[in-house]
Amino acid sequence: MKKKSFLFISCEEAQLICDKAQYNEASLWEKIKLSIRLSYCKITKTYYKNNTMLTKTIKESKVKCLDPNCKKNMKKELDKAIKEQVD
Amino acid sequence: MPNHQINPNTWIDLYSDYLYNYTITRVSDKEVAQDLVQDTFLAGLKSMKNFKGEASERTWLISILKRKIIDHYRKINSNKGKAEVRINYKDDETEGDWLEERVADPYDKTAEDTMQNSELGEAIYNCLDKLPKKQAEIFKMKTIQGFETEVICNELNITASNLWVIIHRARTAMASCLKENWF
Repeated sequence: MKKKSFLFISCEEAQLICDKAQYNEASLWEKIKLSIRLSYCKITKTYYKNNTMLTKTIKESKVKCLDPNCKKNMKKELDKAIKEQVD
Repeated sequence: MPNHQINPNTWIDLYSDYLYNYTITRVSDKEVAQDLVQDTFLAGLKSMKNFKGEASERTWLISILKRKIIDHYRKINSNKGKAEVRINYKDDETEGDWLEERVADPYDKTAEDTMQNSELGEAIYNCLDKLPKKQAEIFKMKTIQGFETEVICNELNITASNLWVIIHRARTAMASCLKENWF
């Protein structure tokens, strides 16, 4: 079995940390490992760039979603109306 | 021959977020936006027989929503509302202030920003539509609504590592779709 490196991580692991970092859920140690990978891996660098751009775009768009509870109530109301229409 | 089918049972899952985002950029009031979306679905249900299938369900619902938004503005711009605005400038001390208040502020880009945000919001929803349902749902909960990982995992009964795999797939697809259609 391949021994897990202390400092060097795989591309997949780096991308996972990069995802977590977009939501401020990466630990300091994970960020250090990501920075090391970013210094030499082109694929990680491209992923990081696109990922950061996505976060920035979504933040700037101020895009909104319905609150899940509101959605549930809406569904209930619509189901009721559908039932009434069928009856 | 109609190209599109209508199925009100799927409307909330498929279109409620899109319609809400469309509305909130135009009315800027959370509760009014929710009511308008709800009214749109109910009006759509009532006039289902008018759906010819030439446009998609979403386009058809948006056309109903647009009328609802116009009605909303007509209602709030009734005569009563106009009279209230005039009263503000009846005061002798503030006579002439309206001139200053109505001069365009060159640094105020609100309308332009709102329009761009609205278009970008629509581009984001178009990309979200291309994701598998579960991926889109998790991406929205995590990225747009900002739910904690634990809350999503409990709500959808998935593990944290499962969530991150889904988020990774969704982010990769979203970035590539937006790169193609927006950047």
